[in-house]
Amino acid sequence: MSLVFDALAGLLVAGAALAAVTAAAPRAAVIAFMGYGVLLGLAWARLAAPDVALTEIAIGSGISGIVLLRAAAGLPAVPPAANRALAAAISVAVALGLAALVLALPEPAPSRAADAAAALPATGLGNPVTGVLLAFRALDTLLEKIVLLLALVGVWALARDPLWRGRPEPLFAGAAPAPSAFLARVLVPIGVLVGAYLLWAGADAPGGAFQSGATLAAMGLLALMAGLAPLPRADDRRLRLVLLAGPFGLLAAGFLGWATAGAFLAFPPGFEKPVIKIVEIAITASIALTLILVVLGPPAGEERP
Amino acid sequence: MSALLVLALTVPLLGLVPLLLAGPRVGERAALAVLAIGAGLCVAVGVAVALSGRALQYFVAGLAPPLGIGLRADGFSAAMMGMSALVLALTAFYAMRAPGAGAPRMPPAFFMLLLALASALNLAFLAQDLFTLYVALELLTFAAVPLVCLDGKPGQLRAAMTYLMFALFGSVLYLLGVVLVYGQFGTLDFARLSAALALAPPGWSFGAALALMSAGLMAKAALFPLHLWLPPAHAGAPPAASAVLSAVVIKAPLFLLVRLWADLAPVPMAQAAAPVLAICGAGAILVCGVVALAQVRLKLLIAYSTAAQIGYLGLMFPLAAGADAYWSALAWTGGTLHLVSHAFSKAAMFMAAGLIAEVFGHDRLAGLKGAARVAPLSIAAFGIGGLSLLGLPPSGGFTAKVMLLTSALQQGAWWIGVVVLAGGLLAGGYVLRLLVLALQRPEDGTLPAARECGWRAGIALALAFGAVALGFLPLAPLGFLSIGRPIAWEGLAP
Repeated sequence: MSLVFDALAGLLVAGAALAAVTAAAPRAAVIAFMGYGVLLGLAWARLAAPDVALTEIAIGSGISGIVLLRAAAGLPAVPPAANRALAAAISVAVALGLAALVLALPEPAPSRAADAAAALPATGLGNPVTGVLLAFRALDTLLEKIVLLLALVGVWALARDPLWRGRPEPLFAGAAPAPSAFLARVLVPIGVLVGAYLLWAGADAPGGAFQSGATLAAMGLLALMAGLAPLPRADDRRLRLVLLAGPFGLLAAGFLGWATAGAFLAFPPGFEKPVIKIVEIAITASIALTLILVVLGPPAGEERP
Repeated sequence: MSALLVLALTVPLLGLVPLLLAGPRVGERAALAVLAIGAGLCVAVGVAVALSGRALQYFVAGLAPPLGIGLRADGFSAAMMGMSALVLALTAFYAMRAPGAGAPRMPPAFFMLLLALASALNLAFLAQDLFTLYVALELLTFAAVPLVCLDGKPGQLRAAMTYLMFALFGSVLYLLGVVLVYGQFGTLDFARLSAALALAPPGWSFGAALALMSAGLMAKAALFPLHLWLPPAHAGAPPAASAVLSAVVIKAPLFLLVRLWADLAPVPMAQAAAPVLAICGAGAILVCGVVALAQVRLKLLIAYSTAAQIGYLGLMFPLAAGADAYWSALAWTGGTLHLVSHAFSKAAMFMAAGLIAEVFGHDRLAGLKGAARVAPLSIAAFGIGGLSLLGLPPSGGFTAKVMLLTSALQQGAWWIGVVVLAGGLLAGGYVLRLLVLALQRPEDGTLPAARECGWRAGIALALAFGAVALGFLPLAPLGFLSIGRPIAWEGLAP
């Protein structure tokens, strides 16, 4: 039974990938790519990597899909056939090379999973992935949050107003069609609930700040596209505070750990889990808002009265 | 456990808070202060390494590798940290809004990117974990690319986009290599990998992983033939941004290239790969040197000179992988010293070019006759910085090139010696082009009424003298740069 499921999942992933690369129009290619991301998520889930699956679906398919859809809207035509043949040849070569490299790796693969599992009880967490992200390798997470903030700085640096005043341009001109406004009203509350659950469950079960932040960002964008909420002002002090909360909350926790546990980014003994949880909430809020703002684009400057 | 290493990483980030929450004036002042403190911390790391004669180390979260992440500053890291922090702090002062500065105000985004660069560079020089280094490279890319298009000109957007494509392509290749290393060894820590590699000679897939990581780093460092993105990106950015991009940003991937091949790769593998890197280096020196001679705009000339000067590091690899311990150590010192002295020269030259362009309103070389009369300090900074590129004594560039040349001749690598000398000749050609024009009488007797901004030219001159000052310590780098080699954790069984 599982073999049938695996074969089906593999065929579907390959089919979606093929649909994405052979689609004639950019828009159709992006939609096929989003479907491919969801199917790939299922494959990850089948490989007993639910955290990767959730991330793939939320970020690899969801948020990337929205960004690509916006970019596809600005693309004029299909690239010439010669380029496509060359791209296909290179892709096949890359795929074969990758396959050779991966198959040459030792079996069973060396792993740090046992170390992580042994050190996990000290953090009070139940999900080893969260333990790696927020305790053992918190430095990487801290700096990735700064990278995300910088991505927003890079997008905003394209604004005509160097002081970043005003709101971004609307995503789509005109009022949202009634069906999508209705969809947003129904879907957003459920999606927010799912996002909050992913965050809450992440300490002990699959989920966590990244998946939750991406889900909340998607819900926020849906609400903005349907016109349920006004576009945010880039110079709003509260908005800036939420942007900073994640990276600097983690940094503050790192210094707190330095003062109480004797090492930077260690967590206060006895309070590991609550501190990690608070930091995760702040990170989720920052991720969600940053992703929304990156998709919305640079602020358009002060509105004329 | 040295707290300095953590502070060097985190203090620059603190400057982001006032820049995002307070007004541009307060934010700018805070950024300057934070960068100055950061430079102090990096110099302190250097002093601590020199005094103790040992590498400094720190286990983040108190967890030793392989589960945790280790930071480590040896002599090489400390030298790179000190150099980059000084260049960043001086660039921030150069870009500061002040009376008589004569240049448009740099937006707050510039200072945010500068602060992020400071943290990213320190992380690249300190981290001992291949994945943390990937994060450092990402941070570096996302801080560097927006610097290229800060003024929003359409041509610059295109240059920034090309840079982004090369940099992200490089990231993917690097990350792929990291995955392969983890799949083989189950650790990404330098010291542990070295220990594992010493036990058993690695197979071809480790070679493939190193090759992938190196190709990624070469794309990010613009090492020939992957240099095509660099000239438009570096030449079109605002002068303060060009200075940091050319002087320090490309040094982080070059530093990691040295780490991979001189510290991590087993000697037979390094010897096999070294000729490829050396040929890329020779191509950079000769091709980009000749192209620099043909430029009609000053900033493009300097940018091609950067693409050419990177090549000397490529030449270092076969010499440093040589069998003779003394001559290979000399070549390694020469190559790494070149990274430091080139940074000071190039920052000085881009800053000088910016000031000259402010006076003339353009940077076409043909129209810069008589520049020495209206921008004497800038021309002096350009010339003195250029001395080091030429390899004239006394300068860091001279010491570095003599070390490479001596090592090449002693190891019988004649062609490398010839390329080093030819590169000096080409550098002479493009540096003297501006100096000769600047000293000529202006064509129709008219010069712009504007004068250079004196104190900002002073900053450029100070950086140029920094490159000269390195030449007064001809033998000190040999000892300092080799502190803490080979890589190992103190108090931790391998």
